Amino acid sequence: MNPLDWILAPFQYGFMRTAALAGVLVGMTCALLGVYVVLRRMAFIGDALAHTVLPGLVIAYLNRWNMTAGALVAGVVTALGIAWLSRRREIREDTAIGIAFTGMFALGVLLMSAARSFRDFSHMLFGYIIGVTDDQLRLFAALAAVIVVVLGLLHKELELTSFDPLHAQAIGLRPDRLRYVLLLLMALAVVGAIQAVGVVLTSALLIVPAAAASLLTNRLPVMMALAVLIAVLASLIGLLISYHLDVASGAAIVLTCIAAFLLAWAVRAVRERHKPASENHT
Amino acid sequence: MARWFFPYGGKAGASPMRGAPALAAQRLAARYPAAVQPALRDVTITVPVGTRLALVGPNGAGKSTLLKAAAGLLPIAEGQLTICGLPPGQCPHLVAYLAQRGEVDWHFPISVRRLVVTGRYPHLGWLRSPSREDWRKADAALERLGIRDLAERQIGELSGGQQQRALLARALAQEAELLLLDEPLNAIDAATRAVVSDLLSDLKREGKTVIVATHELDRLQADFDDALFLLDGRVIGHGLTDYQKADAVLNGRLRVNA
Repeated sequence: MNPLDWILAPFQYGFMRTAALAGVLVGMTCALLGVYVVLRRMAFIGDALAHTVLPGLVIAYLNRWNMTAGALVAGVVTALGIAWLSRRREIREDTAIGIAFTGMFALGVLLMSAARSFRDFSHMLFGYIIGVTDDQLRLFAALAAVIVVVLGLLHKELELTSFDPLHAQAIGLRPDRLRYVLLLLMALAVVGAIQAVGVVLTSALLIVPAAAASLLTNRLPVMMALAVLIAVLASLIGLLISYHLDVASGAAIVLTCIAAFLLAWAVRAVRERHKPASENHT
Repeated sequence: MARWFFPYGGKAGASPMRGAPALAAQRLAARYPAAVQPALRDVTITVPVGTRLALVGPNGAGKSTLLKAAAGLLPIAEGQLTICGLPPGQCPHLVAYLAQRGEVDWHFPISVRRLVVTGRYPHLGWLRSPSREDWRKADAALERLGIRDLAERQIGELSGGQQQRALLARALAQEAELLLLDEPLNAIDAATRAVVSDLLSDLKREGKTVIVATHELDRLQADFDDALFLLDGRVIGHGLTDYQKADAVLNGRLRVNA
């Protein structure tokens, strides 16, 4: 088969076009937020957010409510809960998150096992991007728009509170409240990501493209652009691999992200080796 | 929604009272949120506008606590504290606070120039990006501290002294009336030390008030107009000539390099 066919032929199907658009939207939003997740060391929170959404999904599924709405509600509740927990000092923040995250996930598994319907359950855990409906796609687009607009409007404040929260506070900003905003945006992004790669692998979309980008540049806007590029390409390539080899789409997307990360690592290693020479020229 | 994050932005801050001292503390006590004991007790001092005051004492003496209270970062436990006649935190654009170097995440992907322009943020407020004029002020501050050539470097690539200069440049770019500098002289090179000395006298000439936490007595007489000696959160001496008395209390822990 010629390479162009390999890329284009699958998209004659409507479900593949919808899945590709969903992958692009989800990859873009997760990668953008992921840059903050990586720089602010919030990786564990990102993973927890994705997992705690499970009971929301299951409850919505069992009651035949809208599952995306269930995920959205659970995600927002978790984001606020984590922000609240992290302000109290009785136990360490990561411990509190670990408790909330495993507890909620276990609740989701329990509910699902009681319903004895594990087919759809695996879609929740590992994603089912091929199953994205047009309605869901519209919702993902709306969520992506909200995330991009808020990140754009609050860029300078989010940037400042990320690297110098004390100065931010001294000039009258409230770093804790900006953190709430970031957690809420993460909850919105996670809802789409769960459909694409599932509860278990969602944090990969938040972390891996941003981590890869962070190896290649030390400018924040460039890092965001690179992370988005990597995530979008990985979503599309992963989807094609999944189609042609008939393997799980979520896992294929995540592994493509990991491949991009390894490539970035190699690029950096080569660059480091040549660095002393180039510095002598300047 | 913006009010929820308040107060931030030049127009948000109250204007200072005319004729009020830059800082006035009366029997001030301040404590960190989790602590039982106040980190600072019974401090009374008036700092007139245009004064360069040194806060001198060993680590843990309460120097940083006093600066944080003045910057509105700590609640006041007892007594009174006014900044330009107003409660702390009311006019953030007029008060530049320079934290210890360790408070900044130096690995963050941001250039020196962009770090310095964050000093302009209290004048901008929500949704406004730095204007050409703001960038010009940031560049002028970099120039003044002699690190204009490092403007496009990532902040982590600088040496300790250069990082301190970058933070000072940000404080300058803010064009504040009161500068609160926490240990700007700590672990810096001789060249940076000389730049800071010049800066302190320039600021005095411009009528600015500067309060500097330090644990050195080097050049105390040359660089400052007044000194407050602290130990264990209490004042143990006041005035430039008081350091021998303070030193006796500290059992010779303060060092004077002639």
